[in-house]
Amino acid sequence: MVEVHLWSSLRRFADGQESVEIEGKTVGEVLKNLAAAHPGLAPAIEAGAGLTVDGTFLGSGRNHVLDPEAEVFLMMRIKGG
Amino acid sequence: MSNVHVTTTVNGDEAEFLCDPRETLLDCLRDKLGFTGAKEGCGTGDCGACSVTLDGRLVCSCLVLGVEAEGKEIATIEGMSEGEELHPLQRKFIEHAALQCGICTPGILVASKALLEKNPDPSEEELRYWLAGNLCRCTGYDKIIRAVMDAAAEMREAS
Amino acid sequence: MAFDEQKQDFKVLGTRPDRPDGLDKVTGKARYGADAYIPGMLHGVIVRSPHAHARIVKIDASKALAMKGVKAVVTRADFADGQTGEDWNVMENCMAGEKALYDGHAVAAVAATSALIARDAAKLVEVEYEVLPHVTEVNAAMTEGAPVIREGAADYSVPDGMHPNVVRYIEFGHGDLEKGFEAADVVREQTYATEATHQGYIEPHACLAQMGSDGRGEMWVCTQGHWFIRRMSAVCLGIEVSKLRVTPSEIGGGFGGKTTVFIEPVALALSRKANRPVKMVMTRSEVLRATGPTASASMDVKIGMTKDGKMTAGKAVFRMQGGAFPLAPVDSALACAFACYDIENVQHEGYDVMSNRPKNAAYRAPGSPMAAFAVESLVDEMCRELSLDPIEVRLMNAAKEGTKSSSGPTYPRIGLVETLEAAKAHDHYSAPLGPNQGRGVASGYWMNWGGETSVSLALSEDGSVTVSVGTPDIGGSRASIAMMAAEAMGIAYEDVRVNVVETGALGVNEPTHGSRATFASGLATIKAANEAIGKLCQRAADAWGIDAEAVVWEDGHAKPSGPNAGEFPPMSIGEICAEMGSTGGPISGHFEATPNGYGGSFGTHIVDVEVDPETGRTTVLRYTVVQDAGKAIHPAYVEGQFQGGAAQGIGWALNEEYIYGEDGRLQNTVFLDYRVPVASDLPMIDTVIVEVPNPGHPYGVRGVGETGITPPLPAIANAVAEATGARLRSLPMSPPRILKAMKG
Repeated sequence: MVEVHLWSSLRRFADGQESVEIEGKTVGEVLKNLAAAHPGLAPAIEAGAGLTVDGTFLGSGRNHVLDPEAEVFLMMRIKGG
Repeated sequence: MSNVHVTTTVNGDEAEFLCDPRETLLDCLRDKLGFTGAKEGCGTGDCGACSVTLDGRLVCSCLVLGVEAEGKEIATIEGMSEGEELHPLQRKFIEHAALQCGICTPGILVASKALLEKNPDPSEEELRYWLAGNLCRCTGYDKIIRAVMDAAAEMREAS
Repeated sequence: MAFDEQKQDFKVLGTRPDRPDGLDKVTGKARYGADAYIPGMLHGVIVRSPHAHARIVKIDASKALAMKGVKAVVTRADFADGQTGEDWNVMENCMAGEKALYDGHAVAAVAATSALIARDAAKLVEVEYEVLPHVTEVNAAMTEGAPVIREGAADYSVPDGMHPNVVRYIEFGHGDLEKGFEAADVVREQTYATEATHQGYIEPHACLAQMGSDGRGEMWVCTQGHWFIRRMSAVCLGIEVSKLRVTPSEIGGGFGGKTTVFIEPVALALSRKANRPVKMVMTRSEVLRATGPTASASMDVKIGMTKDGKMTAGKAVFRMQGGAFPLAPVDSALACAFACYDIENVQHEGYDVMSNRPKNAAYRAPGSPMAAFAVESLVDEMCRELSLDPIEVRLMNAAKEGTKSSSGPTYPRIGLVETLEAAKAHDHYSAPLGPNQGRGVASGYWMNWGGETSVSLALSEDGSVTVSVGTPDIGGSRASIAMMAAEAMGIAYEDVRVNVVETGALGVNEPTHGSRATFASGLATIKAANEAIGKLCQRAADAWGIDAEAVVWEDGHAKPSGPNAGEFPPMSIGEICAEMGSTGGPISGHFEATPNGYGGSFGTHIVDVEVDPETGRTTVLRYTVVQDAGKAIHPAYVEGQFQGGAAQGIGWALNEEYIYGEDGRLQNTVFLDYRVPVASDLPMIDTVIVEVPNPGHPYGVRGVGETGITPPLPAIANAVAEATGARLRSLPMSPPRILKAMKG
């Protein structure tokens, strides 16, 4: 189980919860299970929202194995310049 | 419209080309003679990337017509070094990291050389105003100014 | 990914060797986008909409096609259809479909045997428009009754009931805002505005495209990222990505603006139709009207502070228009807004709004300069009101390692405090000021980026090294990557050549954007070097008949190591490579990954200005940039990034703006009217490089390219406030605006 904190604009897609408990060993599994448990989040994840793990955005690191103690946020992807 | 035959001198060598009377000297240098060191950044004489000298006078070659080159002496960035020997300005630009993307560099070098020929010991302010017609978007001009001042000092010592 | 054993003692890093592209660039030999010529090539010119918003009723190209020398005309019908999402946006932006969405939007293109003929022919393409009402200002565009740019463009995030031009809605934060404001002694709220500005790269977009009748194509193009160009162009043309081969030219500046396509798919479509190579070069007016400037912004900020300067709560509501398509950088603006502060209670809300302007592209730290202008101005206003030192207040509230960031996640090791301490200690901060002069301070942040990265490092027969990277070199990255390769291999800088290679030579690379080139391609180069070193050690071990584990690599030599390794003289990289053909074949190292350990970079700027009370003209007297580079590989190029960012920020603060007329057309489409800073506008720009190593890079490197543009906007506003007593909350701070503000 991983505790995933949600950005507030995403909370309304997860019944208003500030954070949700999600099964999954990797970033990819958690994202998949998040979308399954809260279908309202699926469009956000499709649009590039990803997990920030211990301060690092891992949107492109789906195979990253999560430490259950890690601090995990679901955030929108922010584009660089 | 029929083309005009132009005979001119570029970096000391005689050159000939045919051009439409509407074509700029910049287009003729680049497209007809292969001197692509001068760049078009604006086409309106605001950025100085196309700087060359025409009979020793600094001009924006985008504001000069190709036909106006008839009988004139043109100097471009390609003629600045003597063989393998770089001009002190060129050397100092590399040494001082005075270029990043480098697109403005040929124009700034040509303009700086024209200044130092008139005024071998410019103040920083004189140099900044002289180069006010040469836009650089990468460097903030700091290292460019330092490089030109350093080159000027070296050239004064050598002369 | 943390590197526990981060390297500390460097032989090459921190030195200032000459850049490998220097000679070509000072002699005029460097070849940029417009410097390519091939036999039989045509010249392409785009026909652009003179209207801000209009339905395209009919396009009649018969007169143009009848002109001698005209070989092809294309319209949207000559491109693929069926794109979705951002791909559709990119296609629509390159060539309008049913509607022209902004002044300068491409509606057709002509290819002819000369540029003059193409220009004349473009004027003969007859386009019948039905002009529609337009809107170009962000607040107007989201107001009830505003013309709708496109129905159904909003994504999942937009709650019901908003104007259809609001296409994304962002909200995040933490803590209890109300409680936070209650705990404050002073609560202030202000509205700030910034106008759109352009990256202003001196080289206009240019490309030379060639499509064969077999559906394969090649392109030479000035770009920050040729894999992006390849994919986007293939999507527009409806061909497989691998059928295109894209070679990057030297690039004459980009700053984010050359990370997407504008003319490239059009040149390919013209070439496909004419069956000839087509060269396209934009004019400066086309660059300003129809490439990707940044967004304009309208921003409300509210901050609560105790009398001694502790920030108790912060709220930011940002509205940004990014042109006629989604993706104004309102998300990154919000993520940067309070990034410098450790605030318990913070809320952000953002609206991404469409209007009849060109599709914004990235511009150096997209969104962050606007956010900094709003937040850092208000912090300064409150410091002045409470008679507090602006650096002390920033230090008191500074985000550091372990702080819960304003966007949620906890910060790893960051260097904001170190930049503030260095600024405080700098003699600039205590230098005396004269009449009509003022000093401003502000901090700024950019989170940086890693991105998809492929690098190949090949050893030559003499032991010298060739590194192939896919990130175009804008600010000297070939030099810095060569330095990292030399450091890793234990060889001389001069023995490494770094090439930026075409799309056929490497796996996918993201562009040089997000301050990632030196970080990501550098990290990949070090990894590739380590792989090559492993192979070199194996060859030495084979020659000595010992285990590879018993060989170490030091100073470009394999050496036996450990109790059972035996006594052998060190074997140099040159000796091993001379024999490599007969000892197992060529030796290379590769690395492909998406590195995520980019560390954010913070900066603090100090600026002194003098404002002429008669004219309102601001002169920048002195400027100091302090920024965290993690580890400066080539300090002169790091300084160059700091100085260049500051200069762009100064331009944004004082001069630069997009001016749209009532007719929705851009009024200032040449450099004379869109005035970027010139040499006589600026003083020397002092720099202080702070080095707080990034735990996510083997040498501690942080991207440094972007942060420098963020603090100048508020720092100059803060300095102008001190010089004049007038607070300008809208950019640019042009002389008439300053005069007006001074008269109150």
